[in-house]
Amino acid sequence: MSRLVAGLLLLLLSGAAAAAQDARFDARTPGGPSLVIESTTDLSVFEPIIKAFQDSHPATGVVYRELTTNELDRHVAAACEAGRFAADLVISSSVDQQVKLVNDGCALPAGGDLGAALPDWARWRDELFGLTYEPAVIVYNRAWFAARPVPRTRFDLIDLLRDSDAFRGKVGTYDIETSGVGYLFAFEDAIQASTWGRLVESLGRNDARTFCCTADILDRVADGRLLLGYNVLGSYALSRMIRDPRIGIVLPRDYTLVMARAGFVSRDARQPEAARAFIASLLTPQGMRILSGAARLFSPVDGEQALARLTAEHGKGDGANPQAFRPIALSPALLVGLDRAKRRLFLEQWRAAMPKSGG
Amino acid sequence: MAARQSRPQSIALRLGVAMTLIFATVVVATVVAASRYGREAADEAFDRPLEGAAFQIAERVSVVDGKADVDLPVSAFELLSLARNDRVFYRVIGPDGATITGYDGLQPPTTSLGKPEQIYDSTFKGVRVRAVRLTRHLAERSVSGGVVVLVAQTTAERSALARSITTRAVAIIAFAGVALMVLAVVIVRVALRPLARIERTILSRDVNDLSPIEVPAPEEVAVLIAAVNRFMARLSRRIDGMQAFVAEAAHQLRTPITALRVQSQLALDETDPATLKRLNRRIHGRSIGLARLTDQLLSHALVAHRADTAALEPLDLRKVAIEAEREVRVVSDGSDAVALELPEEAVSARGDLVSLREAVKNLINNALRHGAPPVGLRVVPQTAESGAAILVRDGGAGFPDDLAARIGERFLSNGVDAESAGLGLSIVAAVVAAHQARLVHRRLPDGGFEVGLEMPRQAG
Repeated sequence: MSRLVAGLLLLLLSGAAAAAQDARFDARTPGGPSLVIESTTDLSVFEPIIKAFQDSHPATGVVYRELTTNELDRHVAAACEAGRFAADLVISSSVDQQVKLVNDGCALPAGGDLGAALPDWARWRDELFGLTYEPAVIVYNRAWFAARPVPRTRFDLIDLLRDSDAFRGKVGTYDIETSGVGYLFAFEDAIQASTWGRLVESLGRNDARTFCCTADILDRVADGRLLLGYNVLGSYALSRMIRDPRIGIVLPRDYTLVMARAGFVSRDARQPEAARAFIASLLTPQGMRILSGAARLFSPVDGEQALARLTAEHGKGDGANPQAFRPIALSPALLVGLDRAKRRLFLEQWRAAMPKSGG
Repeated sequence: MAARQSRPQSIALRLGVAMTLIFATVVVATVVAASRYGREAADEAFDRPLEGAAFQIAERVSVVDGKADVDLPVSAFELLSLARNDRVFYRVIGPDGATITGYDGLQPPTTSLGKPEQIYDSTFKGVRVRAVRLTRHLAERSVSGGVVVLVAQTTAERSALARSITTRAVAIIAFAGVALMVLAVVIVRVALRPLARIERTILSRDVNDLSPIEVPAPEEVAVLIAAVNRFMARLSRRIDGMQAFVAEAAHQLRTPITALRVQSQLALDETDPATLKRLNRRIHGRSIGLARLTDQLLSHALVAHRADTAALEPLDLRKVAIEAEREVRVVSDGSDAVALELPEEAVSARGDLVSLREAVKNLINNALRHGAPPVGLRVVPQTAESGAAILVRDGGAGFPDDLAARIGERFLSNGVDAESAGLGLSIVAAVVAAHQARLVHRRLPDGGFEVGLEMPRQAG
């Protein structure tokens, strides 16, 4: 009973949230169908993409609904379970949840050669397509590091945190219990390297602060309340860095996790063709140009080179090492992190190391 | 028979049809076998990682705070991700039957084989899955019992592999089939080449050449050639016999005719009435003998010819008897009387009137010449036991036993002798054979001898 009430409440909440965030882009020729996109990406980032899509599909209207990763996952999962329509196209940065949704049969195969240009890691089952190329980066306060060496790798970071008291309360990262992408990066870190245990320990010893959202970390690093941000989503950090000279970015040279925001056509889509066309439009040269533009989302197709180029231009010697890029493959292996037993164990280790903290 | 001959049958076509049927059967059988093999091979290839993943998960089952818990290994899922396009489901069930983690709806196999590990087919979320169930027994202080690990995977990749294996196998089989068909066509042509060679050999022969065909031929065709050669040998003998008959007949006729001419020459020059009369009697006797010989030779030739050509028609045996008696009477010198004994009703039989008449004439002539009077001819209708018969009787002792046994032998072996019964009886035997009749002879209880033809019994 309580679950039912909670579920209803959740539906109401997400519905309300959804309704509040709906952005409508009417078809330029009236009377056309409307493509419903549910996404975790800021509307401001997607607006040029939608406009470009409508240039080539003037008869299709677009409803863009922005949700948080967990809202989106719950909403789509519930609709999928019940066989209801939630959205035609679902795009989320929480790729593990996206993999789970596809694994649970919520997606429609795209068919044709959609996504043929994508590397293997960025597509799964002809249903889930990686659309962006976003590294997990270390951000730092340029002013403070002006006369000090910037940590280039996780070993540097661990050494830095061990050797100095300056970072007590001055290091920020995601609260992995509330941030989907934070949890994903942390979990992948734990798989990738043995440094994870020592790193978490160092973060805990330095009373690292945890935040729900990327902007919170970037704001604080910019104004000096934080000196370092770890595992910050690169797209936001890069576009901020270009606007804001107070922030510097490091793509760790031992390895750089790369996440591709993933999209799939919903099984219960009303406009599956339009949804496929939208995905296809993101993989066109024009689409990739928009992704690589102000939003700095890049595309899995050419993200590696574009990212290396950009960081070389702005990094003052902090250039990225493309060999160190570790894209997070869209595969059932991502289900492990979402496993409830595994998640409980992982969060227990995290909590044991990290101090209780709020934003 | 005629209908079958009117539709010629091609050996090449028959072989082609037979081989096509065989090939079709073989191809269908191998396709079925290939698809089964493909399925089994694909299952084997994809069951291994499935089991491996289940083992890895089972290894990570531990007891924490008195409860069974599992720390899923990423490697297990990476192993399963090797099947790039398949979805993965799993469930770990504690000793108490509650799900520790995973998909609650995933069901263990309905029938347990009693082994700790079992692979089974199932459906989950409406799709077909291949699943493995693995039981790990815990024996801790606080927890004892089996933890069940279920790992399932959709079957897209294994179906694709099975299809690919099957497709390749079928492609190879199809190629082999086409190659075999082409080879078969070549082989049939090569195998039938001796027949064409024989055809050419026969067509190129002289019309009168009946010598055996000597063509190198495979065993099977050699049988056919041997049959043709046997037939030709028979034909050759028949023609030889005919030629010998003509030569012999000419020779036989020439001698009495020469004698006749010499005697008539002598008669022309003779003036003594007594000698002339004697010569005249001799000429008369020779003429009768010659007439009889000629008659018999012609009769035989006629009968032999008719046996091959004349159709058997319904006739009345009484008519045969009457005509035979009349013709004998016309040729004879009037001294021979034949008593005719006929029933009132017609005696029907199927036969050739001319042949039968000649046969009966020969029997009568034999009786007149070799038997003793009185000579009689009677016709007997068909009875319940025997067919209709036409019988010649005389008062003599009948055939010598050795002659009776040799009736039907080739007449020329005895030499043509107008005074012999051999030629006449061989004509009778030929007619009997042509009519499928029976030559019957018996001694009569009151002395005398009866011989004749018993026709086959007629129905109705």
